[in-house]
Amino acid sequence: MSAERFKILTGNDLLTGDVTWWTGSNWSRHVNDAAALGEDAATIIAVEEAARRVVSAYVIDATRDAEGVRPAHIKDRVRAVGPTVRLDLSLRADDPAATTWIA
Amino acid sequence: MYQYDTHDQAMVDARVAEFTDQVTRRLDGTLSEEQFRPLRLKNGLYLQLHAYMLRVAVPYGTLNSRQMRVLGNIADTYDRGYGHFTTRQNIQYNWIKLSDTPAILADLAGVGMHAIQTSGNCIRNTTADHFAGAAADEVADPRPYAELLRQWSTFHPEFDYLPRKFKVAIIGSETDRAAMKLHDIGIQVVKNAAGEEGLRIHVGGGMGRTPMIAPVIREWLSPLQMVSYLEACLRVYNRYGRRDNKYKARIKILVHEIGADEYRRQVEDEFAHILTLGLEPPAAELDRIKAQFADPAFDPAAPDAIDRSDPDFALWVDQNVHAHKASGYGIVTISLKPVGGIPGDASADQIRLMADLARDYSFDELRVTHAQNIVLPHVRKADLYAVWQQLDAAGLATPNLDLIGDIIACPGLDYCSLANARSIPLAQKISQRFADVERQRDLGELKLKISGCINACGHHHAGHIGVLGVDRKGVENYQLLFGGSEGADTSIGSIIGPGFSEDGIVDAIERATGVYLARREAGERFLDTWRRIGNAPFKDAIYG
Repeated sequence: MSAERFKILTGNDLLTGDVTWWTGSNWSRHVNDAAALGEDAATIIAVEEAARRVVSAYVIDATRDAEGVRPAHIKDRVRAVGPTVRLDLSLRADDPAATTWIA
Repeated sequence: MYQYDTHDQAMVDARVAEFTDQVTRRLDGTLSEEQFRPLRLKNGLYLQLHAYMLRVAVPYGTLNSRQMRVLGNIADTYDRGYGHFTTRQNIQYNWIKLSDTPAILADLAGVGMHAIQTSGNCIRNTTADHFAGAAADEVADPRPYAELLRQWSTFHPEFDYLPRKFKVAIIGSETDRAAMKLHDIGIQVVKNAAGEEGLRIHVGGGMGRTPMIAPVIREWLSPLQMVSYLEACLRVYNRYGRRDNKYKARIKILVHEIGADEYRRQVEDEFAHILTLGLEPPAAELDRIKAQFADPAFDPAAPDAIDRSDPDFALWVDQNVHAHKASGYGIVTISLKPVGGIPGDASADQIRLMADLARDYSFDELRVTHAQNIVLPHVRKADLYAVWQQLDAAGLATPNLDLIGDIIACPGLDYCSLANARSIPLAQKISQRFADVERQRDLGELKLKISGCINACGHHHAGHIGVLGVDRKGVENYQLLFGGSEGADTSIGSIIGPGFSEDGIVDAIERATGVYLARREAGERFLDTWRRIGNAPFKDAIYG
């Protein structure tokens, strides 16, 4: 069975630079909180950037599988977790499978 | 080394105040991101994959212990306990908060440092031979000229919006330790038969997607005309460099397209005009700067002997200590490439330790190298063992300088928003594969450089072995290059064949070293053997 494909919205927190994911009503640090976008991405980006809740927001492709939301491109999977060479600083610091998930 | 005067200090203080106001206006919404982005980049603040990244300038790679200690403290106070020394002799912090940047810049300004012009299409931080003022083979110290260039290029209004970024490197020895010919402008300080100092000017080199070696544009230039001549070089570039295509906007493309002779002619015309304008700083200013780079008070009675009874220490001395111009002293290079480590990374504690060692053993001086290591330039040979013991206890005594474990690697896809593939994990795997230092020493000088994209921050074109990470339909892939060099025999590496996976390229590199070991002649480095026998034996071994 092929994984469900959809689009999600990501950006960085203006103040901290942290990677954030649009949940449908707010921003989360965790990619698994990302919600599938409708056709209103441009409006969300405009509103959220104007409100200074996010910077450099953009839409990406993703899939959902047993582990949750998985960005289609490796760059966004790295963003979702953190640097693979410093997993101690990442969001999956205690997860030895994190690097495999990224690659 | 150079100490800020009141003008220097006033300039950086004013910039801190200006950027503090800009950050405030960004956070309260007065400035949009579109308006703010060029302002933050002018202050070295990027938005990378995981957070803001701040790039701090280390002018010509030289700093004192107080400055180094502040770099360590910034890592602790505002970042996550470490910093990354770069191939342009700077330091980057990977986890910076926008709201903290004014405080960081204030801390830097307090020790005569800043992040100005570490990004953008302007003249970037001038780089230099990291052994300047210490090397036994030095013709003349290039740092006074580098400092004059710093003063000339900082906030230069005419060159603030060039077609593309602009990098200058300067050396003062026949041995090129700064990849001088691979810069937009490369300067070599030379002496004529009468013992007079002059400058040889190369223009139009670079790496990136179109690597080129800079041709000589002027064989001899009076140092008292350096600013006027570089003004002319930049002015011709600013006038004719392409602004319609960023991939063809560097000066190397202009020099290549119109030819070195035509570029030289135009520069000479402009130079003649500029000389009539009286733009050159007075000779007294260069003298004032030179006086600040006078030799420290070397002890003429410093003993030359080294007690080599500790074999681990002796190994480190052989690999990481270079000849000094003063009897009884050595140049120590601290490798930031431990086995399996991240090239160029140092913890806050390690940074502060290196600062302490500079204060106690190296006349308060340190250097950052473009190979992502740190130098203590003036260490008494009698103190080497004490220095080594402290480095060893801190994990900083890896004896691998210029060996296959001394890998240059850009941050790659682990941190950089431009990257296509990860560089650091590959460097770690290669480092671990060749962990045995005796095996590394048997392979001899072997410069391995890894870039995670075509922008070549990891200098892959100049590696005896180079690796370029690419994105192949969303999967990391690595191309292998042989034959690059950044020294006096500068050459551009060439891709050997189809690319590899991460594990595949480690195996390929190991097979290439096997060919070298089997085919080398006496005294040959890997690069020499490759140049003599060509690609074919290596391709046969690697691709079967």
